[in-house]
Amino acid sequence: MAQRTTEIIVGLFIIAGLAALLFLALQVSGLSPKAAGATYKLHANFNDIGGLAPRGRISMAGVTVGTIESITLDRETFQARVTMSIHKDVDNIPADSAAVIRTSGILGEQYIDISIGGDLESLKEGDTFYSTQSAMNLERMISNFASGR
Amino acid sequence: MMDRIAALGRTGLDVIASLGRACQFLAGVVGGVPKPSVGFPLLVKQLYAVGVLSLAIVVVSGLFIGMVLGLQGYTILSDFGSEAAIGQMIALTLVRELAPVVAALLFAGRAGSALTAEIGLMKATEQLSSMEMMGVDPLRRVIAPRLWAGFISLPILAMIFAVVGVWGGMLVGVEWLGVYEGSYWGNMQASVDFVDDVLNGLIKSVVFGFVCAWIAVYQGYDCVPTSAGISSATTKTVVYSSLAVLGLDFVLTAVMFGNF
Amino acid sequence: MASSAYISLNDVVFSRSGRRIFDGVSLDIPKGRITAIMGPSGTGKTTLLRLIGGQLRPDSGQVVVAGREVPKLKRKELYLLREKMGMLFQSGALFTDLSVYENVAFPLRVHTRLPEDMIRDIVLMKLEAVGLRGARKLMPSELSGGMTRRVALARSIALDPELIMYDEPFAGQDPIAMGVLVKLIRDLNSSMGLTSVLVSHDVPESLSICHYACIIADGKVIGEGTPDELRAHPSERVQQFLKGQPDGPVPFHYPNNDAASDFGIRGGGA
Repeated sequence: MAQRTTEIIVGLFIIAGLAALLFLALQVSGLSPKAAGATYKLHANFNDIGGLAPRGRISMAGVTVGTIESITLDRETFQARVTMSIHKDVDNIPADSAAVIRTSGILGEQYIDISIGGDLESLKEGDTFYSTQSAMNLERMISNFASGR
Repeated sequence: MMDRIAALGRTGLDVIASLGRACQFLAGVVGGVPKPSVGFPLLVKQLYAVGVLSLAIVVVSGLFIGMVLGLQGYTILSDFGSEAAIGQMIALTLVRELAPVVAALLFAGRAGSALTAEIGLMKATEQLSSMEMMGVDPLRRVIAPRLWAGFISLPILAMIFAVVGVWGGMLVGVEWLGVYEGSYWGNMQASVDFVDDVLNGLIKSVVFGFVCAWIAVYQGYDCVPTSAGISSATTKTVVYSSLAVLGLDFVLTAVMFGNF
Repeated sequence: MASSAYISLNDVVFSRSGRRIFDGVSLDIPKGRITAIMGPSGTGKTTLLRLIGGQLRPDSGQVVVAGREVPKLKRKELYLLREKMGMLFQSGALFTDLSVYENVAFPLRVHTRLPEDMIRDIVLMKLEAVGLRGARKLMPSELSGGMTRRVALARSIALDPELIMYDEPFAGQDPIAMGVLVKLIRDLNSSMGLTSVLVSHDVPESLSICHYACIIADGKVIGEGTPDELRAHPSERVQQFLKGQPDGPVPFHYPNNDAASDFGIRGGGA
């Protein structure tokens, strides 16, 4: 009888551990079981990505709609090519939208904000953003300001 | 001068001998797996003693550490106007570092010392000897279930610690200091990666669980069977486990999160 | 004699941490009898039992139990041999996390596959033999010293061993508990035909029940024989031990330098 109680408690303990792991997976790291198939890829070329890094956030009107998949250097144009995965349910980004690199707070992390265009067509899997705006470089801004230009 | 060198040599030999004994001991424990019908109830009993009974201290500490992280993080991050990043900060510190390490330290203090004292006392009261004389190997019967129980319990405790800590951080950050709940979770989910952060944290706690349990049962088994011997073995368990956890943590962090 | 010896030790040498505990001990323990091994504390009497049980290995010499040389046995064979041995430890060594009933049932559960009702019958029989059938639900911490030893005794005979070794069974017992133990040891020997080895320094109790006794001191056997032979033994050391005289061949004082110099008194001077 006592053995059985112990077994039940230990069983609950192990379940609690698995539940904790599940919570960490789903709620904390945002791992979603359907995430793999539920995104599509878009590209954007930037002159300067600043401190942008893979796994960074992509937002629209402040709402996170995807993550940065990878960042590579285009050997011909010497631009940074950013591949993003965007949630499937946001499938109506107008084709003339711009990808803008912004900073949260003054020194916060950098993320890509999609500023909405007005085109009736929308971007499809594998498309590239037509217009982009590179990272705001604080040092350059200050030196520009100081030299009065 | 020669005496000092000789003393150094002797100490070195002692250390190596005791490491060797510990490994031999481990081989004896892990080598003989008892029959499941015998082993399982023993394991369950030890999981209860080692794991479930450590739950209270782990939950309470996790809650407070999460709350302190929330408070401190808010104070610092609000200087830069990025208090929304508090969720990310709390989750990353907890999942990567604090949960495995602090849970292991608490585990060494709570369960490890108890294991050492229990086994040491069994040795002092000749229970281990009498088991041997009955034709039962105490390594398999007494030590193995305790070692496995520690090995299994610590990762579970560390995961629970992390979850409670994240919740405690939310309590302070969101409920009390007014960070928007959506950005608490959103920032967290954007920056915490399941494989890189959660699984690596889990691997850390698995390693720590094994080391802590090994040290605890070995110190108990190897102790001098007197009251002074048991008390010194218990102290050694806590000291060695803590040092081993902190040292290994550095090594594991360098391997997992260092960029090389 | 040699044919009926259950255990025989042949020129056993054993030393631990540089100290020589046995220096050529030879000893035959007859089958089916009670043999008492006596000697002053610290002469390694318990060590002798551990040598017989195979927990320690001698540096040289033979330890033969039931026709098998213990130090040369493989692990498995040794564990099989131990199933035929029972040992009663000084402290009783009951498993503190098990009840009295479970303690006695432990060797049965480990070594046999008897059904539960049969285990129950055997356990109750063994507990009845030591007079503690009523105490089966108690935990070891609730028992007195004498009861602990009786439970431990019931546990050591649970598998009906051929040999039982008692390590200081009388140490620290009140007269009644001692009387009970003396009676139990004698009864078990006569009813089950056990070979019993008794290690003790309680001279009168040991001599009253043993058929054969030997005295060990300084790593050697200094006297052996039946109780009557020992009482008439010519050696002064045997006589000192048996009668408990404070001074004699074994001096009262630990080896020491001259007392006068320790106390700072100049020898012979003013």
